[in-house]
Amino acid sequence: MLYREAGDFHTTYTSDSQTFPIRFDRYRYYAVLVVAFLVVPFIINDYWANAILLPFLIYAIASIGLNILTGYCGQVSLGTGGFMAVGAYACYKLMTAFPDVSMFIHIILAGGITAFVGVLFGLPSLRIKGFYLAVATLAAQFFLLWLFNKVPWFYNYSASGQINAPERAVFGFEVTGPNAAASTTYLFCLVFCAVSALIARNLTRGTVGRSWMAIRDMDIAAEIIGVNPLRAKLSAFAVSSFFVGIAGALFFSVYLGAVEVGEAFSIQKSFLVLFMVIIGGLGSIFGSFAGAAFLVLLPVGLKVLGVDLMGWPTDIVAHFQLVIVGALIIFFLIVEPHGLAQLWRLAKEKLRLWPFPH
Amino acid sequence: MKLKLTSLALGAALAAGPALADLSFPDLSYRTGPYAAGGIPFSDGYNDYFTLLNERDGGIGGVKVKVTECETGYNTEKGVECYEATKGDSPLVYQPLSTGITYQLIPKVTADGIPLHTMGYGRTSAKNGDVFSNVFNYPANYWDGASGVVNYLLETNDGDLKGKKLALVYHNSAYGKEPIRTLEELSKKHGFELMLLPVDHPGQEQKSQWLQIRREKPDYVTMWGWGVMNQVAIQEAANIRFPMENFIGIWWSGAEHDVLPAGAAADGYKAVTFHNVGRDFPVFDDIQKYVVDTGKAAGAGDQIGNVLYNRGLYAAMLAAEAAKTAQEIHGTADITAAMMLDGMENLEITEEKMSALGMPNFGPSFKVTCRNHGGNGMVGVNEWDAETKTWSLISDFKPTDSEVIGALIAEDSAAFAAENNIESRCD
Repeated sequence: MLYREAGDFHTTYTSDSQTFPIRFDRYRYYAVLVVAFLVVPFIINDYWANAILLPFLIYAIASIGLNILTGYCGQVSLGTGGFMAVGAYACYKLMTAFPDVSMFIHIILAGGITAFVGVLFGLPSLRIKGFYLAVATLAAQFFLLWLFNKVPWFYNYSASGQINAPERAVFGFEVTGPNAAASTTYLFCLVFCAVSALIARNLTRGTVGRSWMAIRDMDIAAEIIGVNPLRAKLSAFAVSSFFVGIAGALFFSVYLGAVEVGEAFSIQKSFLVLFMVIIGGLGSIFGSFAGAAFLVLLPVGLKVLGVDLMGWPTDIVAHFQLVIVGALIIFFLIVEPHGLAQLWRLAKEKLRLWPFPH
Repeated sequence: MKLKLTSLALGAALAAGPALADLSFPDLSYRTGPYAAGGIPFSDGYNDYFTLLNERDGGIGGVKVKVTECETGYNTEKGVECYEATKGDSPLVYQPLSTGITYQLIPKVTADGIPLHTMGYGRTSAKNGDVFSNVFNYPANYWDGASGVVNYLLETNDGDLKGKKLALVYHNSAYGKEPIRTLEELSKKHGFELMLLPVDHPGQEQKSQWLQIRREKPDYVTMWGWGVMNQVAIQEAANIRFPMENFIGIWWSGAEHDVLPAGAAADGYKAVTFHNVGRDFPVFDDIQKYVVDTGKAAGAGDQIGNVLYNRGLYAAMLAAEAAKTAQEIHGTADITAAMMLDGMENLEITEEKMSALGMPNFGPSFKVTCRNHGGNGMVGVNEWDAETKTWSLISDFKPTDSEVIGALIAEDSAAFAAENNIESRCD
């Protein structure tokens, strides 16, 4: 009744091809943006920012990045953790080398550096694909971690090998360091997340995105119809790594503030982001958000439920968490192999017919 | 709108005020994951001591103690979540038992005005209280540990280590890298050769490192390991028939579960320590009576008297004593984090105090000051007897090389102060 095209007439090409052609959908999207930008910053506290919203936004950016590479272009990557580390270390080096430059610029530059590294490690994708490519990106993961552990220049020769984010500001508001307000850090990440999603969404709807999808669906056929695999694959690696690098930079500078490469960006991180993409839905921007929300919020929710409300021992809850999250992953993949995004799509189909299904 | 929100928050804080009368000691523990074997006994000891105080003395100074446990899994992200989740509970002191989480919390606790006690781990230069106002690492730190190892070797070699070779097998993380700088200085000073062998997380894979040890034949091996890495290293050392009496671990590599898997081969393995071992102390009778027999023991209750259980107990004892000191200074039983900070900064542990608590010679005596947050750095040595399955203190708490360590601490903390624009606050 509410959710349908009827009565919503598009008179220009631009309005016909907009991201949310259905009016109800569009207003819902605006409502989400208004709440996220204008309501949440006023009611947020440290716990909500640092334990829930920051990791959610940052992982959402990382999964958008990986979704472009794996979901849209079909190149399986296990190097996400390594690329996040590149973003984090690039950001650290820039922050400490140019303390007066705005954090916005540092984060974007860190993304750019990661894009360059991503293209380098994407070169093998021109010759190998599938599982073999996954192994090649796995090499990137291990090589990058080893590099950041081995070469003291990357961590400014600190005794512990850790990198610590000094206090840096944007327009006079501190966004890194312990004195940054919850609302500023949240807004800072939200801006990056919203803009990344917008860019990714529009890239995937245009020529570039179509050439990625052509490569994903059948690379030989794509080549025959005139898609340049070199450009398509390498641009996917570049754009994907750019977003992943931004996520890594935010993860280190705004969210954690101190990072140890072997622990924060280990292979587990690569798998975590890959799971987000798979559970959320390959080839869907909404899926990236859904997957990130699922894997960030669920453990925290289970912990709050088990420890704070039920009063169970912490170790039992931690074990249960693994069991429940694992079981839910299997459940979702059996019931809906295309991820949470597909569930959402189905729900929308049903809504269109409601309340008069045939 | 904003005013309304503030007044609402104020109202909520006032309403919640009386309910917070308990003294809150959050316990950022880890009972799951690859480091659980070390996290469980420590947390059990920490919890049991506070349970004992509640049951026997009715808390500290008449105020009950509340321990809120939060599972970190030795993971920094969960550590942040735990810190934020427990922060609203007006916690008195944090003890995360993880160097990674410590590095995250140092700026946060300083901004929030909550003390952080990292006993024998964390950032070594936090000993300089002039720079690290909220961080304490008494009674000993990693660099004391490194110096303690070298001092013990000096003792057994009649004070001369020239031409000897010492290998450091370390966890390739901030924790494992901490002693390198000190050992390098000490190797220059005493003329021994240092060999560095990093082991990556979690440490199950150490074949190549021990192959290298077999090839290069160092005279001594020291280890900065944690979790599963320890038992693998001791097993590998046994496999290459490295003489176990020449193998000395840091205090995090010297618990029962580290040596038991290697069986008889682990006999003679040593580890430095800053507290005593075994359950031959009067306090354990009280724990049996008030905690175990009443069914209030934390965890499975099977860790009592283990090395790491004792360490947890010791950590809780130091926290409780600091709280008592704070109560005396401020003349109120209901202390806040800021008062606890004063209590920790003026803490004095003497032999009489420990005897009165039923823990004679449990640790070294020391005094904390504004400039010295790290105690005196007295380090002893433990040895494992595989036959009786017990650790025993073979070398009492002795001073470490404060000349070398002091210079390094001054250098590192000065760098931190410059980086973060911290001004001198003592005297």
